[in-house]
Amino acid sequence: MATETVGENAQGFADATGVAGDHGASGAGMPQLDFAHFPNQIFWLVVTLIVIYLVLSRVALPRIGAVLAQRAGTISNDIAAAEDLKRKASEAEDAYEKALADARVEAGRIAAEAKAEIQAELDAAIAKADEQIAAKSAESEKAIADIRAGAVESVRVVAKDAAAEIVTALGFSADQGTIDAAVDNRVKG
Amino acid sequence: MATEAVTDAHGGESALQFHPMDQFIVKPLFGDGAVHWYTITNATFWMALTVLAIVLLLVMGTSKRATIPSRTQSVAELAYGFVYKMIEDVTGKDGIKYFPYIMTLFMFIVFANFLGLLPLAFTTTSHIAVTAVLAFAVFFAVTILGFVKNGAHFLELFWVKSAPLALRPILAIIELISYFVRPVSHSVRLAGNMMAGHAVIKVFAGFAAIAAIAPLSVVAVTAMYGLEVLVAFIQAYVFTILTCVYLKDALHPAH
Repeated sequence: MATETVGENAQGFADATGVAGDHGASGAGMPQLDFAHFPNQIFWLVVTLIVIYLVLSRVALPRIGAVLAQRAGTISNDIAAAEDLKRKASEAEDAYEKALADARVEAGRIAAEAKAEIQAELDAAIAKADEQIAAKSAESEKAIADIRAGAVESVRVVAKDAAAEIVTALGFSADQGTIDAAVDNRVKG
Repeated sequence: MATEAVTDAHGGESALQFHPMDQFIVKPLFGDGAVHWYTITNATFWMALTVLAIVLLLVMGTSKRATIPSRTQSVAELAYGFVYKMIEDVTGKDGIKYFPYIMTLFMFIVFANFLGLLPLAFTTTSHIAVTAVLAFAVFFAVTILGFVKNGAHFLELFWVKSAPLALRPILAIIELISYFVRPVSHSVRLAGNMMAGHAVIKVFAGFAAIAAIAPLSVVAVTAMYGLEVLVAFIQAYVFTILTCVYLKDALHPAH
């Protein structure tokens, strides 16, 4: 058997080299169709495929699959974290907006309060001033009335004196009572 | 190295020799003996490199388990997400438990394709022996899974209920044929794409031995290489997405 194979083999070599030398290489000259080499190639191919299969199924593919899964996990985790952060940021923004609005309302309220307080103080001050003014003017009126009364009395006395002097100067004599009555009469009228 | 131009005394073009297929020969890595099934060959070496590359990217690259990934870890996560989403979109949620198997297929094919683009590399996925094992593994796994999950209902996959009754037997035959052609197209598509591109690059490289057309040849090799980079990824993608489609048929056989 072995010798037979060797013989075929040698023949195959001769065919391959011999016909390849010709321009019109016929099918018989193709080393691919040299059946003596088939067992060798098939044996080593099977060995190769088994080795590759073992390497791939035991080591390479699980490892690459794990790496890809891990990467997918990392990416989805990162995206989730990013979304979480985004949500937090928008929450913070909302809180900020709300605080700003509250502060505006508070500021408005404080301003209104201050205004009201100032208004009240102003009103009180105005009222007090009015009161003082009223008191002063009443006092003044009283003083004026006194002065006026004093002036009327003085006019009367001066008029009586002047009338008596005028009557005397004109050479008449009249008693004081008559003159007083006449002057009073005139001053009244 | 595999391609060499032997110009004869007259410098004739006819002596230009191409060996575009030599790059696909399986040979022992150490010594020059016979290739037994256990012999360590160049195929073994480049398959081991795919394992190494996958370990470097998906295990070493993610060793830090960083939440903010490094560049290598980003690429590893990108590959993970790419296949995971593909299964989710094409097969549905219940396809997720087959994720390690489909990821194994995708990572092996994509790294074998790209490592095969290195100069002097051996492209393991350019061999029908390799792609056929992958495709038939998918075919048998999906077929057995379909019967285990759905029992006889799995046969509804071939009985198109939405078609008129008269057409159904004919459609059933077509569906049955297309179902059994799946592993063939599935494997030949990948191996053929990888082989053709590499062979074309080698042919263009062979022309570089002629000084007059060497610049053109270099441009062509560069352009083809760019295309091949695209093809290397697209074929891995196509293989994986078709696996998802077949898996969907197994899990939800009704049309």
